Amino acid sequence: MSNIHDLAQIIREHPFSQGMSDEHIQLLTGCAKNTHFSDGAYLFREGDDADTFYWIRAGKVAMEFHAPPRGTLQIDCRKAGEALGWSWIVEPYRWFCDARALEDTRALAFDATCLRGKMESDLQLACALYRRFVPLMYRGLQRTQLQLLDVYGGN
Amino acid sequence: MAQLPGAALPAKGPMVPHPVAVRHLQRETHDTYTLTLDPPDPDQGLPFTPGQFTMLYLFGIGEVPISISGDPASPMQLVHTIRAVGNVTRPMQDMQRGSVLGVRGPFGTGWPVREARGKDVVLVAGGIGLAPLRPLICHLLKRREDYGHISIFYGARSPADILYRKELESWGGRFDIDVSVIVDHAASDWYGDVGVVTTLLCKLRCDAGNTIVMTCGPEIMMRFVTRELNHLNIADEQIYVSMERNMQCAVGMCGHCQYGPGFVCKDGPVYRLDRIKPFLGIREI
Repeated sequence: MSNIHDLAQIIREHPFSQGMSDEHIQLLTGCAKNTHFSDGAYLFREGDDADTFYWIRAGKVAMEFHAPPRGTLQIDCRKAGEALGWSWIVEPYRWFCDARALEDTRALAFDATCLRGKMESDLQLACALYRRFVPLMYRGLQRTQLQLLDVYGGN
Repeated sequence: MAQLPGAALPAKGPMVPHPVAVRHLQRETHDTYTLTLDPPDPDQGLPFTPGQFTMLYLFGIGEVPISISGDPASPMQLVHTIRAVGNVTRPMQDMQRGSVLGVRGPFGTGWPVREARGKDVVLVAGGIGLAPLRPLICHLLKRREDYGHISIFYGARSPADILYRKELESWGGRFDIDVSVIVDHAASDWYGDVGVVTTLLCKLRCDAGNTIVMTCGPEIMMRFVTRELNHLNIADEQIYVSMERNMQCAVGMCGHCQYGPGFVCKDGPVYRLDRIKPFLGIREI
């Protein structure tokens, strides 16, 4: 019981949950566990089922594509305090890229199937999560558009 | 220091290039190099203010405005970091030690080093935009006690495109300055940040009301940087930008670099943001 309590506290303290009600924190806690990835370990790979998503507590994760013949390309990164992964929230729930720990990384891992079920039956929870994920997607899209401009590339 | 033909002649005004010899050429990245030149005046050197530029003349080919990127405390060597992108800057990268270039200047306004005294200082650079900020960084570090918290945010296209890599590592190793570098994309052996430079600003530690920001890079980058800074409660009056336009005469005569009612070569290139913001949104200029 104390572990559940600790987990709820960890979720409450993560920046991504700021402003969430206790009720929603409890619902999230029911689908969450603590997890750890060593330097170089993959959190997920492109094409895999997006059955887990992460809130990073410590460390750093690279988002990558394997693009022969150029090899592996890092296109973004996530750090402590940030959420990692949107594919769990959009059908067909498959990861679009690889995610690899660049250093020892601690994260909260959420069971996406469990949480999608709770969001179906609790629209307020769904709203609370979408309100957090939509700005994340918006900022991600802005970053991508700026990267596409290749502003430093010269003439 | 080699005495060049014509070097001893008196100056004939700001439009006359002084012949100077190339002392050293160092390749920085695949398309960028640093030229170290003898100064036009072997006694005085070429004193300049961080942020100013000179006109470099490759005889028989053309003249280009290039920001000075050396240490202002070392006026006896004239340093420019140049990207090889045009008809002048491409052949310029093949110059050998002892080759002769024409130099005019220095011209333009500098970074607000006096206004920044006693304040937190934030520098945001993108790509080759780090070069015009390098003299400022040298100045700030030499007078470290005159300034509050110093942060440098630098964005580059890829790890191979990072300018002044060793110096960035050295500055980042100091305890009295924060240095953050981010690249647009990288291979898997890169352990730094990936993304756009605006992303780094969430790391900013400063007293927003007592901060001066100086930014140099592609105009679109500076537009998004200034927007992000405004969100962090840093006002336009606290932000200085270095503008780039088609500067040719460098003395406000030819009109090629007209920007609103002024000229970038004379009234810039460094501007306080609130003084030019009305013109930033006008696409025709």
